[in-house]
Amino acid sequence: MRYHTPATFEDASAIAAATSGVTRFLAGGTDVLVQMRADIVTPDDLIDIKHIPGVKDVVLEDDGCWRIGAAVAGAELTAHAGLCADWPGVVEGMGLVGSTQVQGRATLIGNLCNGSPAADSVPGLAAAGAEVSVVGPKGARQVKVEDIPAGPGRTTLAKGEVIAGVYLPPRGKRGGDAYLRFIPRTEMDIAVVGCAVNLRVDGDKITEARVVLGAVAPTIVVVADAAKALIGSTLDAAALDALAAAASAACRPINDKRGTIAFRTDVAGVLARRAAKIAYDRARGAK
Amino acid sequence: MTQIHVTTTVNCDEVEFLADPRETLLDCLRDKLGMTGAKEGCGTGDCGACSVTVDGRLVCSCLVLGVEAQGKTIETVEGIADGEKLHPLQRKFIQHAALQCGICTPGILVAAKALLAQNPDPTEEEVRYWLAGNLCRCTGYDKIIRAVLDAAVEMREGV
Repeated sequence: MRYHTPATFEDASAIAAATSGVTRFLAGGTDVLVQMRADIVTPDDLIDIKHIPGVKDVVLEDDGCWRIGAAVAGAELTAHAGLCADWPGVVEGMGLVGSTQVQGRATLIGNLCNGSPAADSVPGLAAAGAEVSVVGPKGARQVKVEDIPAGPGRTTLAKGEVIAGVYLPPRGKRGGDAYLRFIPRTEMDIAVVGCAVNLRVDGDKITEARVVLGAVAPTIVVVADAAKALIGSTLDAAALDALAAAASAACRPINDKRGTIAFRTDVAGVLARRAAKIAYDRARGAK
Repeated sequence: MTQIHVTTTVNCDEVEFLADPRETLLDCLRDKLGMTGAKEGCGTGDCGACSVTVDGRLVCSCLVLGVEAQGKTIETVEGIADGEKLHPLQRKFIQHAALQCGICTPGILVAAKALLAQNPDPTEEEVRYWLAGNLCRCTGYDKIIRAVLDAAVEMREGV
């Protein structure tokens, strides 16, 4: 295995594009090292991106966007007061990944690129309308987070493409987001269902909304009908019922030992209701 | 396989070693530097027995490559005591009998020290969540939590 420490994402991309063997990019390593140990993946080229300037940055841009570098660990997001104030749902999703030790290394982009449908940080990013900057042999492009996952363990990234950073849009006024997941224990488990809600209010009325489910289909699911159920409402009982019904209707889950199809489908509706209430309270100024 | 020369600081001492890029920091600490305090339990980041800090951040050394340690500052359980003088956490673990076989203890001491460095007065719940990634299969967690809370009291009071 060749170990590379490129100084730019263009160089990182060029190394990956030029090799005929198996390539992995290394940031936090909490998935890659486990896969290497289990002989699931044996990279010929391991490309450590942590020597690239800016990968540890969490920056509020002049236009109100948050730019988060590819190697920023979960613990660094949780400790960032400004980011937590703007996007608490995004941060709480990432914060649910693994233990304190894993939080010291694991990254948003690693969670996204690992391709698990149950990745806890991904629904919150997609609900926020986040984009990632992809650097590849044909240059750089911006891609919506929900367009990256292609199925369990797979992404839409082409050979030689690497994600350099995440961009969260300007939070703006009267916005709130939240992420909830169901697991059979209290800590350190994989989501059986996850749900993120991001919305904006004008007074008590919801004017914008995005609802995203995790772990109930081969990829995360952006549920447009669930968002429609919220927009224009004051989160009254009828809106919550319609939200839950739309969330459940969007589920295409697997049956496994952690949750049956019927259970996951029902819980998706329950979590959507609860996450919407938290996001709504946050948007109206509650903490 | 090409070996890579790594220079790093472990418990305030500058050290160097040659690492195959596939070797973990845990392997390098134990097999190249003879520092066997960090244990391998699972090797997949689940058990926390290999906990160390890298630039002050608590991590599983089985999930860090040895070559990533270049230029970093690493602290392991070997650096917790001050010569013959045990750290308050170590004394409290003995007083409370917070260990039996001892395999998880180095990782828990490193993790608990990292917690108290950033939160000198944690609640029991905060200690339990912080240490959720450190598995113990014999003592059970109650005595461990008590020992950490008791050490926190002593360290705050500067006894």
